[in-house]
Amino acid sequence: MESHPWVPNSAQKIFCKMLSEVGVKDIEDLFDDIPGEVRGKAKMDLEIKRPVPEYIVWRKVKQILKKNRSLLELKCFRGAGCWPHYVPAVVREILRRSEFYTSYTPYQAEISQGMLQALFEYQSMIADLTGMEVVNASLYDGSTALAEAILMAKRVNGRSKVLVPRTMNPQYLEVVRTYTKYQNIKVVEVDYCRETGYMDRDDLQNKIDKDTAAVCLEVPSFLGFIEEDPDEIAEIAHSKGALFIVSVDPISLGILKPPADYGADIVVGEGQPLGLGLNYGGPLLGLFGVRDLKLARKMPGRLIGMTTTLDESQRGFCMVWQTREQHIRRERATSNICTNEALCAVAVAVYLSLLGPKGLRKLCETILYNSHYLAKQLNSIEGVVAPLFKSAFFKEFVADFSETGVSVEHVNRELLKRDIIGGLELNRYFPELNNALLFCATEIHMKEDLDYLVEALKEILLGEKHV
Amino acid sequence: MFRQARWDEPLIYELSKEGLIGHLVPEPSKELVDSVGARPEEMVPAAMLRKETPLLPEVSEVDVVRHYTRLSQMNYGVDLGTYPLGSCTMKYNPKICEELASDDNIVWLHPLQDEDTVQGILEILYKLERWLCKITGMYKATLQPAAGAHGELTGCLIIRAYHEYKGEKRDEMLVPDSAHGTNPASAAMAGFKVIRVPTRDDGCVDIEALKAALSEKTAGIMLTNPNTLGLFEKDILKIAKMIHEAGGLLYYDGANLNAVLGKARPGDMGFDIVHINVHKTFGTPHGGGGPGAGPICVTKELEKFLPIPVIEYDPDNKKYYLDYNRPYSIGRVRAFYGNIIPLLKAFVYIMSLGEKGLEKVSEVAVLNTNYFLTKIKSVKGYTLPYAPERHRKHECVISAKELRKETGVTAEDVAKALLDEGVHAPTIYFPPIVEEALMIEFTESERAENIDRYAEALRRISEKAYKCPEELKKAPLNTSIRRLDYVKANLPKTVVLTYKMYIKKLRKSNSTGR
Repeated sequence: MESHPWVPNSAQKIFCKMLSEVGVKDIEDLFDDIPGEVRGKAKMDLEIKRPVPEYIVWRKVKQILKKNRSLLELKCFRGAGCWPHYVPAVVREILRRSEFYTSYTPYQAEISQGMLQALFEYQSMIADLTGMEVVNASLYDGSTALAEAILMAKRVNGRSKVLVPRTMNPQYLEVVRTYTKYQNIKVVEVDYCRETGYMDRDDLQNKIDKDTAAVCLEVPSFLGFIEEDPDEIAEIAHSKGALFIVSVDPISLGILKPPADYGADIVVGEGQPLGLGLNYGGPLLGLFGVRDLKLARKMPGRLIGMTTTLDESQRGFCMVWQTREQHIRRERATSNICTNEALCAVAVAVYLSLLGPKGLRKLCETILYNSHYLAKQLNSIEGVVAPLFKSAFFKEFVADFSETGVSVEHVNRELLKRDIIGGLELNRYFPELNNALLFCATEIHMKEDLDYLVEALKEILLGEKHV
Repeated sequence: MFRQARWDEPLIYELSKEGLIGHLVPEPSKELVDSVGARPEEMVPAAMLRKETPLLPEVSEVDVVRHYTRLSQMNYGVDLGTYPLGSCTMKYNPKICEELASDDNIVWLHPLQDEDTVQGILEILYKLERWLCKITGMYKATLQPAAGAHGELTGCLIIRAYHEYKGEKRDEMLVPDSAHGTNPASAAMAGFKVIRVPTRDDGCVDIEALKAALSEKTAGIMLTNPNTLGLFEKDILKIAKMIHEAGGLLYYDGANLNAVLGKARPGDMGFDIVHINVHKTFGTPHGGGGPGAGPICVTKELEKFLPIPVIEYDPDNKKYYLDYNRPYSIGRVRAFYGNIIPLLKAFVYIMSLGEKGLEKVSEVAVLNTNYFLTKIKSVKGYTLPYAPERHRKHECVISAKELRKETGVTAEDVAKALLDEGVHAPTIYFPPIVEEALMIEFTESERAENIDRYAEALRRISEKAYKCPEELKKAPLNTSIRRLDYVKANLPKTVVLTYKMYIKKLRKSNSTGR
């Protein structure tokens, strides 16, 4: 093999010279401690044997990617945990700074001030939005952040039951079940009011007890509605000595009350709406914040702090409270997390700087207008009830198609023929919502897009009637 | 001479001025607004309306670009120079991978689209999954874990599920004392009791101690091979046999896989589960801490426990699909299917190098380490603990114990002094079994001359340590900032974690005149 651009010392002459300096004849001599039986079987048997020139790779991968039908081609009205939002050009530009993306975790603070300061700003901004005093420098995604919050609750009060709303994002619930299975934590679902979607207070009162570590709530909920009086849930939780964990869509906090104001002890959420884009669902970004410094001692993940130089002449940043982390505390660490989503956190900092408080508020207003317009238009279609729940909603809502006599699966198939990704079919996770779709509208939807969806639906439902 | 950028850059909050805006968001048409017929405040429950606007900064687009560009200049990365952070495999991140990962046909793809509309990305993920299995000698993989530690947790949960399936109660996980901290932490998260296995004087797992630790409670062992000392565990087949005979499973921490591509496959060593850090071995960026991706590969026997969904191919319909119908699955470990962007980059990386190229990667990574050792061997103050006569693989751990004893200069001082030379420091104080550890991994990306320079810098630092050690205590001088007050940073009374906390402390100190 000739020299490879990414492997400079593979150039034959250099390679041989280095071998002789090391004092071996053959490169295999450096691998002679591998048992023969293992060494002999080591063939990878990939269909690609030799290095492929960049142009050929580029061409081939582009060809494969063309088999995808992206949102440039399809109109998407689906969110459900990963929402279509616009990513400003500046965010993408900053993420392409290779000083950022080719760096490691900033263990050597003096040479990594840029990343450290950006992460400190990220922590500050999420703290502003949520009202939490301490926010970590990111976890993997919203689902694992919620699972970690539950594990943390158990560390805090030693209890082993956790209450979650039945309306919770089903993927999150699955992750919580996976994470808690061997930690002796019982996950119990609390029913919801069929009319509003709100957590059923009686059921909550019945299920909460002295062994309840935490009560969880989503604001807005997976099904789109906004719980009207979360203070009440917080009070019930706190009265029994349980923590109150709130999972948020951070973009909604431009107009919604910060969870700290209604009693949240831990706030988690999915940071994807704040400038990450869709990327077929990953990377995402787990938000994680806690009420106060005392709780922060038990929290998972990295924390960046501000300090000064030893002579106090300059401000600087470094990682703090590392004794909670795995590289120091090993099996007694607050979590096993090491690699996190730092670059995504930088994206969020850039995004929130660009929008500022006013831009974020305006964005929330646009989203509210669009989602409410769409619900209203859908509701005007015969047989469609939108929103199904008689409660306020933010960017998503449930539309019920039961009265149309047409299955939502058929509706979505027909929509796709018209280049539309319809709402998410809910029957798989919520049997009681057996012919309903979860629709999403954001700032990326113009009136013409929303009208296009409504017209297409009318056509599909009308067509069925004539058959 | 190296001089890192030293912008006197304020916090973005401190650039804020009321009325400035960095981005215009679309606004609804008047027609749409009229049709809705309600104001935004009326669409939200009154009690849930935000009363105070968040403290976020108000700045222009230019301000944001300059601020974060300046911050980036105060950050060191592989694209600026040598970054031999041991065990982190800081190799070059190919630009073709970055370019292809920004394609609209991936960036604008929703994870819940109909499978027919995402055949391209499913094909890439499926092929990558196949390649990873072939590279590691395993049967089936999941690409879902977001990082190596996440893969470890997933693997540990699979080990639990396996023993449960067999009706056995095994709750002890063996972990060598030289292991990465994530290993014991992951085992604990899966509810295992962690049993520490000591290292022998030759740097390998103590077989006798291992034998003594085995029991009917043993669930498995977590190993990395080569280990964190850069030594290949010669007795790996024996270890595998012992663990399997005791009824346990072997977990391979793939953090050091860059040492053995095409030379030794974990599957052939007897491992049952393998995680891969694509941000180490397969050239995807570390992003200042993430995102990476930590796929895990398993044997045929363990396939049924993999997290849902699994990507499959239906040859009859020539279609890739997501399989959720897996009754023995441990469940879901994250939302959706994985960190797709890094995974796509790993696909491009493997495709670009092919089998021969990957093997060359490991050959040169190993050659670089041993070449470096020949340069550092005779330098006063540094030693190579554990089996100094043996060749290392992808990394080596040298000790500055003598340097400290004779001059007072510590591994940390050496690290800071290296920063002044315009190169990144090694991993320090790890693994914990080496005193004053300097863990060095050049990867295949460094030219011989850069390795020479690094060894030369270490020699200069040693000379300085013996002549004027107090000088080294002042390092670094050439970085954006000088050595920080870590005590102040960590004390509960002085800790500052957000801008708001900072303002509060400022006000307090102003009012008390301090």
